[in-house]
Amino acid sequence: MITSSRDIMLLPTPFHSRVEAMCDMNDWGNWMGYTTPNAYFDVELEYFAIRSTTGVFDLSPMNKYRITGPDAEAYLNRMVTRNVSKLGINRVGYAVWCNDAGQVMDDGTIFRLGEQDFRLCSYQRADDWLAWCTLGFDVTITNESEDLAGLAVQGPTSCTILTLLGCTGLDQLKPFGIAHFTFEGAPMMVSRTGFTGDLGYEVWVAPAQAEALWDQLFEHGREYLIKPIGSYALDMARIEAGFIQAHVDFVPAEEVVRNGRTRSPFELGLEWLVDFSKPLFNGRSALLAEKAKGSRYRFAMLDIEGNKPAEHSFIMKGDKVVGTVTSAAWCPTVKSNIAYAQLEMPHGAVGDELVAEIYYQRELHWTRMLAPCRVIDGPLFNPKRRRQTPAPPF
Amino acid sequence: MTDYDAIIIGAGHNGLICGSYLAKAGQRVLILDARDQAGGCASTREVAPGFRMSDCAQWLYQLDDAIVRDLGLEAAGLKVGARKRTVALQADGDHLSIDGDFLRGAGIGTKDQAAFQAFRKQMDVFGKLMLKLYRGRAPKLVDANWPDRLTLMKLGLGLKLMGKTNMQDLMRIVLINIYDVMNENFDHEGLKAALALDAITGTNMGPRSPNTVYTYLHRALGNQLQSKGVVQVMGGMGALGDALQKVAETHGATVRLGSTVQAIVKEGDRVCGVTLSDGTTLRAKAVISSADPTTTFRDLLGYQRLETGTARRAAQYRTRSGTAKLHLALSDLPAFSGLDTAALSQRLVIAPTMDAIESAFNPMKYAECGPKQVFDISIPSIEDSSLAPSGQHVLTALVHYLPYAPKGGWEAHRQAVLDNLIEQLEAYAPGIKGQIVASELLVPPDFEAAYGMTGGNWHHGELSIDQALMMRPFPGSTQYKTTIDGLFLCGAGAHPGGSLMGLPGRNAAKEMIKQGAFA
Amino acid sequence: MNKYDAIVIGAGHNGLTNGAYLAKAGLKVAVLERNPYIGGATVSRELHKGWYYSNCSYVASLLRPEITRDLELPRHGLQVVPFGGGATFMQNGDHLGSYSDHDRHYREIARHSKRDANAYDRYVADTSRQTKLIRPYLLKTAPDPTSLKLRDLRDLIEFAKSFTSMGEEGLLDTIKFWTASVGDYLNEYFETDVLKAHLAGSGIIGTALGVYSPGTAYVLLHHYMGDVDGNVGAWGFARGGMGAVADALSKAFLSYGGEIICDANVDEIIVRGGEAKGVALKDGTEYHADIVVSNLDPKRTFLDIINPKDLPDDVIQKAQNFKIRGSSGKLNIALDGLPTFDGLDPRSKLMAGDLHFSDSLERQERAYDDWKNGTWSKDPYLDMMIPSLTDPTMAPPGKHMMSVFVQYAPPKVEGRDWTDEDKDGFEKSVIDQIAKYSPNFKDLILHCETRTPREIEAEVGLTEGNIFMGELTFDQLLFNRPFPGYAQYRGPIKGMYMCSSGTHPGGGVMAAPGANAAREILMDLKQPNTVPGGYADD
Repeated sequence: MITSSRDIMLLPTPFHSRVEAMCDMNDWGNWMGYTTPNAYFDVELEYFAIRSTTGVFDLSPMNKYRITGPDAEAYLNRMVTRNVSKLGINRVGYAVWCNDAGQVMDDGTIFRLGEQDFRLCSYQRADDWLAWCTLGFDVTITNESEDLAGLAVQGPTSCTILTLLGCTGLDQLKPFGIAHFTFEGAPMMVSRTGFTGDLGYEVWVAPAQAEALWDQLFEHGREYLIKPIGSYALDMARIEAGFIQAHVDFVPAEEVVRNGRTRSPFELGLEWLVDFSKPLFNGRSALLAEKAKGSRYRFAMLDIEGNKPAEHSFIMKGDKVVGTVTSAAWCPTVKSNIAYAQLEMPHGAVGDELVAEIYYQRELHWTRMLAPCRVIDGPLFNPKRRRQTPAPPF
Repeated sequence: MTDYDAIIIGAGHNGLICGSYLAKAGQRVLILDARDQAGGCASTREVAPGFRMSDCAQWLYQLDDAIVRDLGLEAAGLKVGARKRTVALQADGDHLSIDGDFLRGAGIGTKDQAAFQAFRKQMDVFGKLMLKLYRGRAPKLVDANWPDRLTLMKLGLGLKLMGKTNMQDLMRIVLINIYDVMNENFDHEGLKAALALDAITGTNMGPRSPNTVYTYLHRALGNQLQSKGVVQVMGGMGALGDALQKVAETHGATVRLGSTVQAIVKEGDRVCGVTLSDGTTLRAKAVISSADPTTTFRDLLGYQRLETGTARRAAQYRTRSGTAKLHLALSDLPAFSGLDTAALSQRLVIAPTMDAIESAFNPMKYAECGPKQVFDISIPSIEDSSLAPSGQHVLTALVHYLPYAPKGGWEAHRQAVLDNLIEQLEAYAPGIKGQIVASELLVPPDFEAAYGMTGGNWHHGELSIDQALMMRPFPGSTQYKTTIDGLFLCGAGAHPGGSLMGLPGRNAAKEMIKQGAFA
Repeated sequence: MNKYDAIVIGAGHNGLTNGAYLAKAGLKVAVLERNPYIGGATVSRELHKGWYYSNCSYVASLLRPEITRDLELPRHGLQVVPFGGGATFMQNGDHLGSYSDHDRHYREIARHSKRDANAYDRYVADTSRQTKLIRPYLLKTAPDPTSLKLRDLRDLIEFAKSFTSMGEEGLLDTIKFWTASVGDYLNEYFETDVLKAHLAGSGIIGTALGVYSPGTAYVLLHHYMGDVDGNVGAWGFARGGMGAVADALSKAFLSYGGEIICDANVDEIIVRGGEAKGVALKDGTEYHADIVVSNLDPKRTFLDIINPKDLPDDVIQKAQNFKIRGSSGKLNIALDGLPTFDGLDPRSKLMAGDLHFSDSLERQERAYDDWKNGTWSKDPYLDMMIPSLTDPTMAPPGKHMMSVFVQYAPPKVEGRDWTDEDKDGFEKSVIDQIAKYSPNFKDLILHCETRTPREIEAEVGLTEGNIFMGELTFDQLLFNRPFPGYAQYRGPIKGMYMCSSGTHPGGGVMAAPGANAAREILMDLKQPNTVPGGYADD
């Protein structure tokens, strides 16, 4: 038997026909083996859709795992550093998980759908680690990545648009809450979550409803200025909002090849996610030891003078290099030049004055610039609407 | 409030030895065992009315004489027989006798004779160095503290002091297979096979498998530790268990038999006791498990109480074994062609060539029972008439290799394999079939069921380099500690491993006292 | 005038490399070759008109880039072209493909197991860590742990430092990797048999061990530590076949003033007063030099071409005990067209890579059992390539050349020498194996060159046909290669050196032994070093 179907290297997502129709830039990237748009029509305008109207981002390539069974809660509690027992049904929690050495493997969101029913949504694939974690627990792990299509619907008018779509009473949904609706006769789950730091939702349906969801969303959203957004615009928003990303701001611990390149939650500024009152979780003893002994690095958010993005910059204290930048962007809403940096201890305390070595070129002329910068305490962009319930209409 | 300083899970030889040393040092020790008899694998069982046999281990070879002395085992009733020769049976009846440094029979040439003495001498040199490593905790290499560094320096110095040639030879052969080393040294096939058998006893490897030189050195350490040869324990191996129980109690430890530990109790982030099958919870400052690592972590503690990385390491710990045992109750002394009664009381080996051992090994890799096995035979009733009714005899044999789970399950194969083994013996001992009063075959799952050794592995986990020395049982849980406070290991799954050596138990006790585990 | 500064015996890639670096230092060097053509096991030969076979070695990856660049091999015509793809065909009609694109590869493994597809990332990270550790030592002389010389102690400390930098658990994991069987090692990552079998092949190629034999995980490493253009672990074809490697090396050597003498069958190294003074050929010709470098394997070097009276007894014994086991064979096949494989589109990208037909560890181990029993594998493990899908020079347009590496083939068949009937039986078992998965394969065969260990030994001079010139087991690696006390390229006779794959770091067309030996020779001659150091591997 000879099969002669074409061996397509990157797959289309369930929204692909619609995404392709709107992707005027025809600028594509590879995300998790899927063809995904870098930009639809104009990166900056797409970014401002998130901040001013509504931007729609195709989330389908995210990895989704269903965790069910009598030990589901205990299983997750042993795996992640935060306390999952405190997570109510129909609530979402942001979490990180570590290996035994207390080094971060990935971050993600945990959706509690029932007493013994969770969904983990992660940027990295986690099949292997999730399977190892089942040793000794009565749980079932199902990879749902291909069974769920997802859209991030983010921006000031997002609540209004989704309400028009049929999500009645959505404005009452609190941040990190989950609501269930029916769309085209099939279940549709909406969570008030996102990667933009703005008012926004993530909408999950089966792939069969994907195209209809896209169509109706854009139909209802037209008057509320809904726009599709690509990866570049989302990246600007996430840096402005203070979110880190695997393989950009840290390397997943079990994929690290070189000694010392892993990072602990403390070293990524995620101490608030570590709950030592739990008697057991992966990395606990190592993290306790780190807490006692001190960390090697500090993850700092920098406000840099000038408007040249500090991509790949060295960060100096006097003449000494004390760290490097992992993510950097000019943030158009707060009109600031922001970067995340990993700095050697003891540098990087809030208020520290440092210098970023920035290289930029204009008409093939390269300039090296030493830009003073200051360590700030959290993201500059943090609008009220992000937290307000009921959510404002626009 | 704790009931004891230490609760030891398992009254096998390592558990009893560990408990004895701790009790001797003034700790309040409770030793628990599910069985009604102390000793674990050091066990004697009445296989048929009046016929008693060493149920598991049949030879005593490596028990550290320092332990015998320290604990006063002889005063407690341990009595061993005379040192045995190894008689390697040859098809033509001209058998090979290996007696200390001397070889006789089977047309052994002067070249092999001389080579054997040189080989033994070199193995003694290597053994002396290994002993330094075996009689204490295996040092960490990177996170070494001062005692570890001292051990490493001693080992380095010992390596240098053995001379350039010996050092080169050790570093060359330590990771390779016994097959090549035998071929480099000797011509006589029967001699090579008889020696190679020591390398594969209790393992999941054939003589051609690299790593079997290490297992040979492990076995040959008996020459440094004890009697310079195998002996039988009078009354069967169970008498060793009885003696060890007695010394443990003499030193003040409590030995409670018939008490099954259901679970290790962990409160907060430390282990604080055990729960018995009757529901009783007993508390102690330290829980020391002489159960194998798989049983300890998977069954008694539960992987869910470990961090995932440790659970993964425990789950990856390899415990395969191809060792089975044949037990025969005989109406009369069997007649092996070419052997008189004195020779019959020795250690009899049927392993004609190394290739025969390797061929016996091959089918096991595919969970099959091969047509031919190799044997390590003892007829202990000749030296110890208490083991069988007057004039009658018992024969026990270690048999290699039979798989843990043959396709179709053991019950589909057991009788045929047993018949086949007897048939193979018949070729060397014509008429033995007619003398059989009772017979039984114990296969790896039988040992697992009776003695709790996962996979039926006599070493409590394969003795491959990556599971030996500073890696035993697995990284993160070495030096008798585990990743959990309050839980320790003292069984054969800890350094330096199995073979009725007693060193894991002794080392663990000494290490815990040194580290102040009961403070 | 047959007088030279140095004579190298054997114009294989290591001999030519060694000669090139000595000549570059200004020495007058002759490389002697028994065959009428150079190359040893790096040859391309036209045995069927229009088709070129890489008769022995068939892919390049380990060839040190430092040497390629330093000897200007690209200028001398060498072009190494990476290939992609690869697959293991399964008995159930399915296959497991190999893709260089990370996500496409994930999806391919995920067809068999999502868990394995994800675990593959961990596997790659862990094996990369091991290759990183070993790569800096390829262009270095292995320090002797029994020596108290300053240089050895310094190198040993450096060696120890790089190991201890991995941390306690990292170091213990390294020891596991170096000692475990490839089967057990893969079991720690994967549940799918076909994936394990696909990866385990690299643990047994060229080795007289099975996938369940401890020590085979290291052999895997040996196949992973190369690179093509910095892509560690990638493999490529030398354009024009592996002869292009020898060809470029010879041109580099000649450009430094070296001399190659073919049809020069060395009978004996001339030793006078305990010093090497040259070589005598079988035809009586003598060539004189104070430096004699043997690129023959250690057995041939010490048991064939040196008079035993010139050698210490321990060296003779060590050479006799040296393990150089024939375990492989090779078929080179001229094809009238492209064979098709069940379940695979003929246009598939996978076709251009290495194709295999053993879909379980058990089948691979059983193939090894046959070898132990003194016969060729009845269900052989094949590493099969169609280089003409990547390199148009190998066969006429539309036609194809197929290279089939076969594991296992014993050095002797049931204790006796190979016969022509054995060779036919061996050939048949290989062709039948391929034909089981490729319905049109047999009809396409125009010519087939079959090489059992007998032919490899007779033509190339590799004892027992062992492609690495000595097993890659621990007793024969690093400071033990070829034997303890002689692992720094110096022989037991003053002026006599070794530069073959039988020395550190071993075989696989690396050229590192030849270069390393040259560095030691130049050091002894107090000449400036011409051999490059290794690139920093960050």
